[in-house]
Amino acid sequence: MIALWIIVALVVVASIVVLARSRRRRHPRAVLEPERAPMPEVLVTQVAPRPEIDDSPSMDRRLASSRSIFERVRSITSVGSLSQEQLDVVEEVLLRSDVGLATTTALLDELRTKGAPDGVAAAIRSTLLASLTGERSVRTSADEGRVPVWLFVGVNGVGKTTTIGKLAWHETQAGRSVVLAAGDTFRAAAADQLQLWAERTGSDIVRAAEGADPGSVVHDALGRAQARGADLVLADTAGRRANNTNLLDELAKIRRVADREPGQVVETFMVLDATTGQNALSQAREFLAAADVTGIVLTKLDGTARGGIVVAIERELGIPVKFVGIGERAKDLVEFDPASFVDSLLSA
Amino acid sequence: MFDSLSGRLERLSTSLRSRGRLSDADLAEALGEVRTALLEADVELSVVRAFLDAVSQRVRGENVAQSLTPGQHVIKAVHDQLVEVLGGTALKVTYSSKPPTVVLLAGLQGAGKTTTAAKLAKWFKAQGRQPYLVGTDLQRPAAVEQLRVLGGQIGVDVYSDTTDPVAVARAGVAEAQRLGRDVVIIDTAGRLAIDEALMAEVRRISAATDPHYTFLVIDAVTGQDAVHTAKSFHESLELSGIIVTKLDYDARGGAVLSARGVVGRPVVFASTGEKLDDFDLFHPDRMASRILGMGDILSLIEQAERTMDAGAMADSAQRMMSGAFTLDDFMAQLNQVRKMGSLGGLMRLMPGMTKEMRDAAKNVDDGELNKIEAIIRSMTPVERREPQIIDGSRRARIARGSGSSVTAVNQLLKQFDQMKKMMRQMGGGAMPQLPGGMGKMAQLAARGAAARGAELPPGFEAMASGLKAGAPSPTPGGGPKGKKKKGGRVTPPKQR
Repeated sequence: MIALWIIVALVVVASIVVLARSRRRRHPRAVLEPERAPMPEVLVTQVAPRPEIDDSPSMDRRLASSRSIFERVRSITSVGSLSQEQLDVVEEVLLRSDVGLATTTALLDELRTKGAPDGVAAAIRSTLLASLTGERSVRTSADEGRVPVWLFVGVNGVGKTTTIGKLAWHETQAGRSVVLAAGDTFRAAAADQLQLWAERTGSDIVRAAEGADPGSVVHDALGRAQARGADLVLADTAGRRANNTNLLDELAKIRRVADREPGQVVETFMVLDATTGQNALSQAREFLAAADVTGIVLTKLDGTARGGIVVAIERELGIPVKFVGIGERAKDLVEFDPASFVDSLLSA
Repeated sequence: MFDSLSGRLERLSTSLRSRGRLSDADLAEALGEVRTALLEADVELSVVRAFLDAVSQRVRGENVAQSLTPGQHVIKAVHDQLVEVLGGTALKVTYSSKPPTVVLLAGLQGAGKTTTAAKLAKWFKAQGRQPYLVGTDLQRPAAVEQLRVLGGQIGVDVYSDTTDPVAVARAGVAEAQRLGRDVVIIDTAGRLAIDEALMAEVRRISAATDPHYTFLVIDAVTGQDAVHTAKSFHESLELSGIIVTKLDYDARGGAVLSARGVVGRPVVFASTGEKLDDFDLFHPDRMASRILGMGDILSLIEQAERTMDAGAMADSAQRMMSGAFTLDDFMAQLNQVRKMGSLGGLMRLMPGMTKEMRDAAKNVDDGELNKIEAIIRSMTPVERREPQIIDGSRRARIARGSGSSVTAVNQLLKQFDQMKKMMRQMGGGAMPQLPGGMGKMAQLAARGAAARGAELPPGFEAMASGLKAGAPSPTPGGGPKGKKKKGGRVTPPKQR
């Protein structure tokens, strides 16, 4: 029970601090120090003067030069074995796409052994595609008499609620009747956000007060879906850190509730923001363990981020990307296509 | 990042320790380690390169101090460069003489702008200001509603209407002026830096409200893209600083270095947890210490001073020193600690944490405190005053009453006893024999308090002065040795 140990340590430190402070108060020094550092009250006459812009031209030049390197990866036409310089170029492209150091090194090794019979660009393309061969079909049906549930998990701010809204649109367009479970009872107004999507898509929604038990919301949604003969339940959950056991336990519990009769979890999607770096791998690992993730929804791919970390996730954990978000509109959430993803990765 | 960087530096230091002189190959290997650590921490590639160039120049350019081994020399160069890149001391927030002072928040979707707006408002309120929130995110469904709920929680009014973002911002500032509020925080919709139309809109908001501060809100787990984002927003809006969110997700957070490196503007605030309290000024110098595994005791002390009830704490601390410390006092202190924010966030600031403790800390949350409180509350008042009377059957009763196990009750009593003994030693002016990481923690706490001009109890004076001699050691996790038992630390209590 190290936790207890830590807490005691914290109490000791805290009391030292307070004790030190109380002594200071009782024995004022010759020079009276204010109790607290005064707020900096530098009054400015107009607008606060802004610090000079640091243009850092050297950085600009670096970025520019890296851009030309990207162009070079396509122009490398040498056939057969690869030179160190060519490998360096490929490494840079992969690192800049957030593929990550370990996976990049592994890919380079594969590349080195395979060589480049059709040029470097083709070789790295096929190496990447070989990493993305997971099963990407999406289950929409459950066993006889059960209601299929899609559960959505992820850290804060990746776009879980929006993704659910968009998928609700797709599914209702496809003629399925959908019940939304507003399982994010933590973030202020998350249920309101989902409610608006329900209205837009003509879906049913089950929600509870803020702070309510998310498991009970999901449970109620299952009951509602069964009563109305709905085809699919989309269950939202609150965003949570992937490094906190208690929050992950809560998630596991929500999943158990959703998987109990009459429900059956047929897909658990981890929603991932394409701008995320190496932390995404730990997220995937933890959520996989806690909630048995079956697929990834990669959002915000319409920006400058490449989302290369999903290559590492699929290679290491075998979780395939199933949907990608490439824009704000509902129809901008599309099924994942490895070929075009790899192309965009390499054209960074 | 910082776990992996300090870990690698430590290993590096060991491998270089035996060398008398640093060869080019040694340096190349060392820089390779640093490169790996930075890339694993998501620091952007060009920022990594610039960083390595600078470190290598430092190593070659400076005269090697006699006292430093080659390994320490490299580590010192890395440390100094880190401090330089992170950028000196914290930014001072100043206020306009013609209120309100306008603060504009911008960033990508999901970076945490709305929550940050509320946290920032709470921070200004704690500074004695009267903040006002303006919600211009009319795009994301229920974004304004979220801001209103959060505003309600912290007691700050929120302005919004449904016209258009620019008009809302303008009207919001005017309303703040009418109400006599002195700080206005404008929340904006999340937008992609390459979305020209939305970037033009936020520029219009900026032009209409002429903000004194424009902050980019950026997620600490952002990867290589942090640089693009920071750069584009800076070009459009001329940022005055950066706010990092979700710094509690991962010890890495290389986005801090990337964004800072490319924009050249300071990181001003950092958010380290879900609670509205887990937010404070970002102190680059302290962050540098944290990277080196020295913890961030100054932030911890400030947080304690801000939230704790000084009178109550001082009383029980005094009793603690005199040996008349009871479990009631202990519980009161636990509750004070609870007020300081989430335990996970506090743990991160603790110096001298061993690896086991750090790992355990990840899973400590407020539930642990509840368990302890339940155990103490299951004791009779007499038992709380005189825990020595708690025998086997009392233990079993307490365990039943609190829904825990006898082992847990035993653990608690043992810890309490140790703590009491330790505090009495200190009260008597002796150097207490603190086990393991806790010794280092207390030392650093003492030093931190001393640095702030506090008078220390006798036991701690000795401790702090032991540390004050000499500049901060360049060795990560360094500190005076000597009080530790052989092997560096006492085995922490067994895990259940």
